[in-house]
Amino acid sequence: MIAGVAGGLGEWLGVDSVLVRLAFVVLSLAGGVGIALYLILFAVSREETEAPERVRPGGGRQRTLAAILVLAGVLLVLRSIGLWFGDAFVWPVAIAAFGSAIIWVRADRSGRGWQPGFPLRPQSANGEAPSAPSISPARLLFGAVLVAGGTAAFLASNTSRGAIGTVIVATAVTLSGLALIIGPWIMRLARQLGDERRERIRVEERQDVAAHLHDSVLQTLALIQRSDDPARMAALARVQERELRSWLYRPQNPQRGDLLSTAVDALAERIELAHRIRVESVVVGDCPVDDGLQAVVDACGEALTNAAKHSGAAWVSLYVEVDADAVTAYVRDQGKGFDPGAVPEDRRGIADSIRGRLQRHGGTVEVVSAPGNGTEVRLTLPRSAE
Amino acid sequence: MSGAPAGTRVFIVDDHRLFLAGVRAELGAAFEIVGEADDVEGAIRAIGEAQPDVVLVDVHMPGGGGAAVVEAVGRTHPDVRFLALSASDAAEDVIGVIRSGARGYVTKTISPADLVDAVRRVREGDAVFSPRLAGFVLDAFADTQPQVLDPELDRLSTREREVLRLIARGYTYKDIAGELHLSVKTVETHVSSVLRKLQLSNRHQLTRWATERRIV
Repeated sequence: MIAGVAGGLGEWLGVDSVLVRLAFVVLSLAGGVGIALYLILFAVSREETEAPERVRPGGGRQRTLAAILVLAGVLLVLRSIGLWFGDAFVWPVAIAAFGSAIIWVRADRSGRGWQPGFPLRPQSANGEAPSAPSISPARLLFGAVLVAGGTAAFLASNTSRGAIGTVIVATAVTLSGLALIIGPWIMRLARQLGDERRERIRVEERQDVAAHLHDSVLQTLALIQRSDDPARMAALARVQERELRSWLYRPQNPQRGDLLSTAVDALAERIELAHRIRVESVVVGDCPVDDGLQAVVDACGEALTNAAKHSGAAWVSLYVEVDADAVTAYVRDQGKGFDPGAVPEDRRGIADSIRGRLQRHGGTVEVVSAPGNGTEVRLTLPRSAE
Repeated sequence: MSGAPAGTRVFIVDDHRLFLAGVRAELGAAFEIVGEADDVEGAIRAIGEAQPDVVLVDVHMPGGGGAAVVEAVGRTHPDVRFLALSASDAAEDVIGVIRSGARGYVTKTISPADLVDAVRRVREGDAVFSPRLAGFVLDAFADTQPQVLDPELDRLSTREREVLRLIARGYTYKDIAGELHLSVKTVETHVSSVLRKLQLSNRHQLTRWATERRIV
């Protein structure tokens, strides 16, 4: 986290930046090669100025393994050249670094392609990558054993036997002292981090809500104030109410576009807006929309439009029921009604169209009406066994 | 017909000031408005003192909402009848307040004439079901569970189901009576029976909402 070189190189190679950092550390023990490499790369890279949107990649598992093997190979080469601080020095550290890598390197399935160019990626600019998937206990244990083993081997080979015990005790005491001193501080930091994250989420939610309300409700209210036609005002208010209601009460599950209830809601909204009539829609049960059901929805639309244009009623009810063996829909108004038998040939267009739509898919239509008694259109579509 | 049995005393509970004033104006001609309240605590207290026949209560209020008022008053004054009147028509809100003891639920877009009619119905001990509420009930009682806990409470009879479907289709009680060849009184009895089941049934769909809201 010094100059973002590890992060940038990791992004470019498609490998976790943690691995790159560990590689630098290990290489620097091979005659200081790592440090030199770091400085060279820092000099030749260019600063990335735009705010990065991409998530830092975890790197493919194959790529990570390849990087580790390449590193081992390079170490051996450097050893044979002579750029080496000593076996007892480098190998334990390499083992410990490997253990650390096992714990911390995130290797997800997706590999990343080779990116042209080699931009620096300062870590502070965009914050951390999204939290890594939880580490399995097996990995944690294996990695911890390797780290402990590497550390112990380092101590064993570089200090005398007796001194090991002293060193271990001294380390333990130092660590406990440190824990007592900075432990509470770290816990407070962690809690603050959690609080800030929650606050940020709250702010984002609030901005979401504000944006939605601004786009919809505020505009509609402005339109209403500018209108002087009560019917239009009522229609606008009704449509906005419907939209706000559905937004409020179905925010969790994203609207499944293929459900019958969604299609019915959309239809009711469309009719209300186009014809200034209130549509009371009730749906019992639900299912995905197929061709036959789409025909039912369209037929309902025709029936509703008919009611809006000819019945003279202020509202019309739409009831759809989904059973295991059939879907039934009823479009009913309490308007002036008509005598189905007395409709002249040339005006049968709508009824025939509705009937035709349904019959093509094996459904039936029944129109019940009497003058002064409203009209009801009953649509039935048998469902094929699934 | 409009009007009510002489002197129906109505109390209104709503935290939305403008709406409260509107309802008072709409109902003032037909009923005697004996009081108003705009919060849960005040409502429980004032209803206890005024002892109205029917209370119009909004669902969404801070401090537990309409359901809290219905529950609290129901314990001390079981004769007071509640009609929920709300902008929301989300299933949880509707079912919640009915299970607390309200006898009916209408949305705030209802016309004044229909509201007067609904209040009168509740006053006479009947239930008021909007098409949407009927839809909810049909949904909640849809599947026949393999082991039904209480066959009397957890299932709808065929007749009740028919009546509910007709309500959901926008039929008035008179139309239902004509369609099913029953008297209006019989229709009202069926609807009241459905209300009772809705209030008392332990069906999973109904209790699930209650536990999600932490009212049992």
